[in-house]
Amino acid sequence: MTDVMMPRLSDTMEEGVVSRWLMKVGDRVHKGDVLAEIDTDKTTMDLEAYEEGVLEQLLVPEGETVKIGLRIAVIGDGSGTAAPAAEPGTAPAAEPRPSPAEAPGSLAPPAPAGPPPVPGAGVPRSGPESEPPERVLRSPLARRIAREHHLDLAAIKGTGPGGRIVRADVEDAVHAAEGTEGHPAEQPPSGAPAAAAASAPAAVTAPATAPMPAGGTDVELPLNANQRITAERLSESAAVPTFCLTAVVDADRLLAFRAEINQRLAGAGVKLSVTDLLVRASAVALRLHPEVNSSWGGNKIIRRGGVHVGIAVALETGLIVPVIRDADRKSVGQIAAEAKELATRAREGKLAPAEFKGGTFTISNLGMFGIDNFTAIINPPEAAILAVGSAVQEAVVRDGQLGTRSAIKLTMTVDHRVLNGASGAAFLRDLTSILEEPLRIVV
Amino acid sequence: MAEISYRQALHDTLRSEMQRDENVFLIGEEIGIFEGSYKITAGLLAEFGPMRVRDTPIAEEGFAGVAIGAAMLGLRPVVEFMTINFSLLALDQIVNHAAKIHAMFGGQSSIPMVIRTPGGGGQQLAATHSQNLEVWYAHVPGLKVVAPSNPADAKSLLTAAIRDDDPVLVLENLSLYNTKGEVPDGEQLAEIGTAAVPREGNDLTVITYSRGVRIALEVAAEFAKDGVSIEVVDLRSLRPLDRRTFCESVRKTSRAVVLEDDWLSYGIGAEVAASVQEGAFDYLDAPVRRVAAAEIPLPYSKPLELASLPDGAALSKVIREVLDATRFGR
Repeated sequence: MTDVMMPRLSDTMEEGVVSRWLMKVGDRVHKGDVLAEIDTDKTTMDLEAYEEGVLEQLLVPEGETVKIGLRIAVIGDGSGTAAPAAEPGTAPAAEPRPSPAEAPGSLAPPAPAGPPPVPGAGVPRSGPESEPPERVLRSPLARRIAREHHLDLAAIKGTGPGGRIVRADVEDAVHAAEGTEGHPAEQPPSGAPAAAAASAPAAVTAPATAPMPAGGTDVELPLNANQRITAERLSESAAVPTFCLTAVVDADRLLAFRAEINQRLAGAGVKLSVTDLLVRASAVALRLHPEVNSSWGGNKIIRRGGVHVGIAVALETGLIVPVIRDADRKSVGQIAAEAKELATRAREGKLAPAEFKGGTFTISNLGMFGIDNFTAIINPPEAAILAVGSAVQEAVVRDGQLGTRSAIKLTMTVDHRVLNGASGAAFLRDLTSILEEPLRIVV
Repeated sequence: MAEISYRQALHDTLRSEMQRDENVFLIGEEIGIFEGSYKITAGLLAEFGPMRVRDTPIAEEGFAGVAIGAAMLGLRPVVEFMTINFSLLALDQIVNHAAKIHAMFGGQSSIPMVIRTPGGGGQQLAATHSQNLEVWYAHVPGLKVVAPSNPADAKSLLTAAIRDDDPVLVLENLSLYNTKGEVPDGEQLAEIGTAAVPREGNDLTVITYSRGVRIALEVAAEFAKDGVSIEVVDLRSLRPLDRRTFCESVRKTSRAVVLEDDWLSYGIGAEVAASVQEGAFDYLDAPVRRVAAAEIPLPYSKPLELASLPDGAALSKVIREVLDATRFGR
C-alpha cells in the first residue's frame, strides 16, 4: 500500500488545493497516470502516479487545501477500496510523515524493498531507489482524447516519431475498447456524431429525472464523457449558419395506416412507431433529393453515397444518435426492428462506433412528450435535421366545410452553406406528400 | 471588379486617397520626377504637384523625421523607402519616435503616418538588398505592420493604413508587384489585425503571409489532388497579430506548418508557433513546423539565392513529414 502525498510543486509552495480528482476509487492506476489536478500558489499542475495498483482511497474532497506532505490518497492492491473515501477533514488527521525521506518535498513513495532512505536527502519528486517514471511520448491531442476516454496511454503503442502516441493510435484504442466490452462509462469518441439536437432528446424513453437535492442546497453534477462531447459538438454546431422550415403534415391517413398495420401484423410481432415511418419516409425523400443527403466538408460539399438516417435518443446520461444505415433500402419492418434494437443498446451504452457514426440526416421526435413543434440543432456535418412534433387535432376548412384533422408539424433545421431555402422547401414538400400518402412509404 | 496588378492596386489607392484627403502627401527618394523605383507613384507628381509628392535627398532618417513632424501637426504622410533595407537608416525615427510619441506624450499627439517599402529576395539584388526585416518592426509596440499578399488586400490594407491614426508599415514584396488579382471597385477598408483564410481545409493548417500565401495556395491545390485538405491562413497583419484565427484553424486541423520568408531564428514563425502552443496545445498532434529562408546572407548567385529561399518543394516536404508523423491516411 502506498500513500500519495500532496507534492511540493514549486519552490514557494506550502500547501495545495486538490482542484479535481481525475481518477476514482477502484480505478486501476499505472505509473504516469494523472491522478488529480493540484492548484499551487502559482498554477495548476497534474499529480502523476508513481506506483502501479488500484486507487483505494481518496482522502481529500475536491477544493480542499492540504499542506504539502500530507496524505491525500492511497494506492494499493485493491483490497482496501471498501474504506470510506473523501471525507472532509481527513487529510489533516493524517499526521505529517515521520521519515525524513517522506518529508515535505518528496513525492517518492517509500520503496518496499529498497535500501533505507538517506536522511535529509532532499529528493526532488522521486527517490533514488524508486524507478524514474517512464516517459511516454504522446502528442497533446492524443493525451486529451485519452483523458476524455479514460484510456491509459501507457497501454497504447505509439507509432509516431520515436514512438510518440498520436491521435490515430488513441482512436484505434478507443475503437478497440468499445468494440469489446471496454469501458462501459465511455461514450462515443470525439468527432463522432454522438451529440445531435440539443433540443432533441427524442424517441423511446423520457429522460430520468433526479430527485431535488435535500435541504435547499445546490448539487453539482460532473459531466460524463458523453455529456462533455455532446456539449462540445453542440457548441460546434452553433457556428453553423442555419435557417428553419416548418411544414404541417395532414396525418390522418398516416396514423390510420400505422394503426392498421400494427393491428394486422400484431401476431407477427410487428409494431411500428411514427418515428419508424418517418425514418423510412425521410429516406425515400432523401433519395429524391441528394442535395439534402449531403455533408459540409469545410471547403466543399460532400454528396453522400448512402442514405443513413440517425434517430436522436435520450439517455439518462446524455444524448446519442444511432444510425439506420441504408434506410432507403430497408423495409419499414426492418427499420422498426433495427431502431428498437439500437435504442435498447444505446441506453445500455453498448453501441459500437459504427452504429452512431456516418449518418447523413437526423430525425428528432419529441411528439411523444406532447411537444407541438420545436427546432433541433444540426448534427454536424449533416446538412439538415428534422424536428417532429406531436399529432394534434386541429380545425381545417375543406370544400367550404369546417372539419378536423390530425396535424404533425415538421421543422427542418438546415445548414445554409449546403442548402438554400428553395431546395430545403422542395425536400420538405416531397416528404410531406409521402407522409400524406402513406402507401408511398412502403413501396 | 477588375483584375489588376498588385503594383496598380497600390498606385490607384495612393491616388484615390490623395484625391479624397488633401492632408495625404507622399515623401521619399525618386518618387516624383523619376516616378518611383517601382513606378508605384507614376503620374502623381504631375497630378498633385510638388507640395504633395515630395522628392527628397538620400537621407532616410531626415525625411522620416520630417514625416513624423508633419504627422504631429495634422498631415498624413506616406513615406516610401526605396527598399526595406534602407529603412534601417531611419530606425531611430521609426522605433524611438514614430512608435512612442503617442504614449510618451500622454496621447497629446498621434502619428498618422504610413511607411511603404518593398522587401524580400529572389531578384538577384544580393545580401544587403534582399532582406525580410518585418520581424524587426513587428516586434515594436506602437507600430502596426501589414503585409498584403494580393492586389485586393494591397488596396484595402493601404487604405486602412492611410486612415489609421497610428504609424503603419505597409510591407510590399518585390516578387508580388506584377502579380494580378481581382480587386473590388469602390472603397475597400480592411481591418488591420485580422487574418484571412483564403483556402479552407481540415487536415493541416499552413500559416503564412505575403509571398508565402501564393506558395501555400499552390501547394494546397497540389495536396488536394491526393485527398489532403489544407487550410491556408494569410496573416495579413503581423502586428497586431490575429492569433485567434490561426489558433482556431489549428484546433480544427491539429497540424500546423508556418511558412515565412524571413530567417528562421526569432522569426514570425517562432511567434506563430509559440502562439499556437499557447492557444491550441491540446489540439496538436505534432509539433508546429517552420519553413523559412536559410539563415545566411542571401547570395547573389541566382541558383544559390533560389535554394536559400523557401519554395513549394520545401513546404511540401515539411507538410509530408507532419502528415507522416501523425499517420495521416494510414
